[in-house]
Amino acid sequence: MSRAGPGRMAATGGPNGQAGPAQADAAPAGAAQVGPGAGPARAAADPAPTPGPAQPAAGPADPAAGETAAAPATIPRVRSGRAIAVAAAALVAAVAIGVAVGPADLSLPTVGEALLTRLPWHPGLSVPAVAVTIVWQVRLPRVVLGALVGAMLAAGGAAYQGVFRNPLADPYLLGVAAGGGLGATLIIITGGSQALLPVAAFIGASLAVAVTYLLGATGPNRTIISGATASIVLAGVAVAALFTAVQTYLQQEHTQVIQQIYAWILGSLATASWSDVAIILPYAVVAAALLLAHRRLLDVLRVGEVEATSLGVDIARLRLTVVIAATLGTAAAVAVSGLIGFVGIIIPHIVRLTAGASYRIVLPVSMIGGAAFLVLADVVARTAQAPSEVPIGVITALAGAPFFLFVLRSRRARRDLA
Amino acid sequence: MIALDGVAVRYGTSCALDGVSEQVPAGQWLGIIGPNGAGKTTLLRSIACLVPHAGTITIDGHPVSGLRRRRLARLVAYVPQLPGLPPEMTVGDYVLLGRTPHIGYLRMETAADRQICAGLLGRLGLSPMAGRTLATLSGGELQRVVLARALAQEAPVLLLDEPTSALDLGRRVDALELIDELRRERSLTVLSAVHDLTLAGQFADRLLLLDQGRVAASGPPASVLRDDVLAPRFGPGIHVMATDGTLVVMSRRPAARPRP
Repeated sequence: MSRAGPGRMAATGGPNGQAGPAQADAAPAGAAQVGPGAGPARAAADPAPTPGPAQPAAGPADPAAGETAAAPATIPRVRSGRAIAVAAAALVAAVAIGVAVGPADLSLPTVGEALLTRLPWHPGLSVPAVAVTIVWQVRLPRVVLGALVGAMLAAGGAAYQGVFRNPLADPYLLGVAAGGGLGATLIIITGGSQALLPVAAFIGASLAVAVTYLLGATGPNRTIISGATASIVLAGVAVAALFTAVQTYLQQEHTQVIQQIYAWILGSLATASWSDVAIILPYAVVAAALLLAHRRLLDVLRVGEVEATSLGVDIARLRLTVVIAATLGTAAAVAVSGLIGFVGIIIPHIVRLTAGASYRIVLPVSMIGGAAFLVLADVVARTAQAPSEVPIGVITALAGAPFFLFVLRSRRARRDLA
Repeated sequence: MIALDGVAVRYGTSCALDGVSEQVPAGQWLGIIGPNGAGKTTLLRSIACLVPHAGTITIDGHPVSGLRRRRLARLVAYVPQLPGLPPEMTVGDYVLLGRTPHIGYLRMETAADRQICAGLLGRLGLSPMAGRTLATLSGGELQRVVLARALAQEAPVLLLDEPTSALDLGRRVDALELIDELRRERSLTVLSAVHDLTLAGQFADRLLLLDQGRVAASGPPASVLRDDVLAPRFGPGIHVMATDGTLVVMSRRPAARPRP
């Protein structure tokens, strides 16, 4: 009986996760020989869903096969509830901390009462107007914006890792960052209005992805399944290099605003307002809904593009829809917060390593967990060196990288990372 | 019925299949044999429309190249030689993937889909491992899990690319017996590439011998498994013997070469 750890398949599989059934280690083919302890013992040690206990026997169990165990009547659903609940609790805690902590020394009861004053049924509380303003106009929009940006970056990264079957994919893979950076730089060097900055960043980001997709996904020999994935990723690398080159050139030609450009590129939520939230919210809702709607198809894709095609999936349509959805979300995030790195790559992997690799878990939990992570990172960014702020991208990497490495090492080696 | 008429596939300038014509009546098992690179895998992939082909391939009169992916996946289930096996996926979830052609684009599996898959796991003796991950299974178990996924498509045509290549000799017979039982139970038309010529001759109704993309021979096993047919393709060491009415294909070292 094979008792090899889950690393075995991944270790023998190539980068595509192709693991042939080549390890025929003499396990009997008949079901009767499966040790009764093996299944449940393994299942109990595994966070993946297991069949519920005491399910009634049903299904056409074949007596000739020497079937001893009762056939479960059905296949249990992927259980995402607990992981979602844990992530949601983390988000609630992060939001509470984000609203409670700040340079203005407001007591917790004051913050709580200030929050309540804007609710329709609030009792007759007497909270200082300045406290209400700080909570509602400074802290809360910043927390909400951080949550939306974190959710979009993490979801975009998770979706790209799935659709490009590449554990290194992040939401900036197809040029969103380079395009957004160029758009923002153009506005800053031309002295354009601050209000135009997110618009230009959004347009630049979307344009870069569109160019990448048009060049990478179309052309000769792209009819059926023909390495389009690799060519899209490579086109993204080239387009990003091109946009970055132009952006760097412009930046060096305008050294008087270089610090302003640099601050934007490092990413920040410092100027967050409800209008920023209004900019990103519709895109975030559409992107989140579209990506979540594709969670089953991203699971189908885990067997590879050729097999997914043979199962009836239109890969080109799946890929295009996911790229459009992820681009809407991340371009909007980049537009309001600049380039915040690392969230899109570590959060989905932490979810895979701790909760499970199914996209029914990875997508929703990454969204919620990414939101919580970025809200907390922003709290650190604005308090560590108060009154000045540390760039949030520095915090996400500084705090995220060691945590990620800890999870990576403490979990069983080489799990399903794409 | 599957009808191939002048099927040709080119990879760049090289010709992987060249003018292959063959008919497979419904419910029959066609064994596709031939040396490495003969075009066995390409033939299976062209029927599943995973490579573009010239000529026509029809299933019950419908040209496969004109069918939508989902429709085709309800007619043809394809098991590649090296299936993608996500190590963290449970057996139950993996078999559920086979229901994809029956599930709307953004829909989820229904209770009926889950019941069908649970029934298949029972039929293939896999019920005890429904909740285990693929990484914990042996080669023989994986082979049945992949077969269960293909059966979950409920397609009348089953394409198997070397379904037994990863199994030991005893498991090969078991696996092919299982496929044969399922074929009769579900009236499946089976096309399989097989390396083991002896087993191919015992299980398939007809054999199709490919060589360099062309049909070198086709017909009942007895007409294909002959020294004069096989030796030009597999080398002079190939020898067919009849024992107890079974054709056994052996490969031997040519006697002319002295031992070192």
